[in-house]
Amino acid sequence: MSTIYILWLRQVKKYFRTPSRIIGSLGQPLLFLLVFGFGFGSIYKQAGQGDYIQFLAPGIIMMSVLFTAVFSGIDLIWDRQFGFLKETMVAPVPRWQIMLGKTLGGATVASFQGVIVFILSLIVGFKVHDLFMLPVAALFVFLVALLFTSLGIAIASRLEDMQGFQLIMNFLVMPIFFLSGSLFPLQGLPKALEVVTRLDPLTYGIDGVRESLIGVGTFGIPIDLLLVVVITVVLLGIGSYLFERIQA
Amino acid sequence: MVSNLTDTNIISVSGLTKKFKDFVAVDNISFTVKKGEIFAFLGPNGAGKSTTIQMLTTLLAPTKGKVMINGNDPTKNKDAVRKSFGIVFQDPSLDSDLTALENMQYHAVLYKVSKEIREKRIGELLRFVELWDRKNDMVKTFSGGMKRRLEVARGLLHHPAIMFLDEPTLGLDPQTRNHIWSYLQDISEKQKMTVFFTTHYMAEAEKVADRIAIIDHGKIVAMGSLAELEDKTKTNSLEEAFIAITGNTIREEQVNGTGRMRAMQRLWGRR
Repeated sequence: MSTIYILWLRQVKKYFRTPSRIIGSLGQPLLFLLVFGFGFGSIYKQAGQGDYIQFLAPGIIMMSVLFTAVFSGIDLIWDRQFGFLKETMVAPVPRWQIMLGKTLGGATVASFQGVIVFILSLIVGFKVHDLFMLPVAALFVFLVALLFTSLGIAIASRLEDMQGFQLIMNFLVMPIFFLSGSLFPLQGLPKALEVVTRLDPLTYGIDGVRESLIGVGTFGIPIDLLLVVVITVVLLGIGSYLFERIQA
Repeated sequence: MVSNLTDTNIISVSGLTKKFKDFVAVDNISFTVKKGEIFAFLGPNGAGKSTTIQMLTTLLAPTKGKVMINGNDPTKNKDAVRKSFGIVFQDPSLDSDLTALENMQYHAVLYKVSKEIREKRIGELLRFVELWDRKNDMVKTFSGGMKRRLEVARGLLHHPAIMFLDEPTLGLDPQTRNHIWSYLQDISEKQKMTVFFTTHYMAEAEKVADRIAIIDHGKIVAMGSLAELEDKTKTNSLEEAFIAITGNTIREEQVNGTGRMRAMQRLWGRR
């Protein structure tokens, strides 16, 4: 327990110690929220879909959760390059505890980032339909954060250095974001796109958060929750499996 | 009589070999280290020193051979072995975004140092390595020597039976070097702690080690106390003995690019 806690604490401490990084990472979601929100707002309204900000905000909240989570997992590469990982790996503690502590730490940080973007979107004009559903939205946020931190750790366990970073960004993280229904509704899509969106785990995370926050969703909260939980557990498993095999 | 011998041998290695594909990094080496001894592994870069330390400390599985650390096999009882040693790696392994105190606390938790004695022990050690005044400063503001001292303090935190140090003083000025050794010799003497270190500095091995193993191309080519090595080769210093045994001296040119980078890194800090 104490091992998991201290790894979690390290991650969280380091996050709150660099406010410049927190503020810096808010730039992109804010830009998306304002530019897309107000840029496409009138077209969206003309199409009879209502307020685009209402639709978009949950997607942008989850975007920042996705990015922060993947990167706090990939953070592991720095630990490896700067030698700190050795100190942890040579300690008499099971590796799954190290992995879990780091994942929970990353997920906490990513969730917090999501909360900040949520507050920003309220300022921009986003309205929550039912306050009692907020805990459900928070649950989705945390699960998605956990899911993508595990993914980040799984990737980092197989990478030697930051060389592959750009590749992951362009061929994994960006597609996950764009194909998740974060920016557009999932109904009436071309068949191929429809299939791809349904293979994206973030789709269900966003759908769950959207339904909890604005009361409109595609799959329903039980299905969203089930799928997100299952994928999270699988990725936690893969992450710890690959982490076990790291040669520090 | 036999059991008596094995009792005092805290490290025993026989026929240890490590191959990386076709390259034999460590070639059938055998040695023992007694409890409380300061044992030096002397050799040029690339001789197999770090690879040996990695195998002794559970970080690398040997290709062949048997290792016993404090009565446990590092390939089988990893955690028992891990509890029994402290280590200072060749490259820095501190979290530079945490304070000195936080780095110590992190280690204390991982090694299950109980809460009651944790703060007291950390305080003692930080004073011991003269970093108490800087305990709340981020490690990234520390000089290379301060980082090393902190790593030594951290390695000692859980009262290890053995302290492994991989090129502990590489790139440090002589004064810091002396400092670090005076801490280690002090603790080794008082608490019968075994010290196993690698170096390519002759003077260092000569000055602090009870026994020296000279390793070259993965093989131990000579082993004994300074007096024994000098006797055997009929020379008056370790340097001459080394030349007599290996046929050459440890020239600075033998320090490869990585070694130089490490030294630079330690002098100027990272990033």
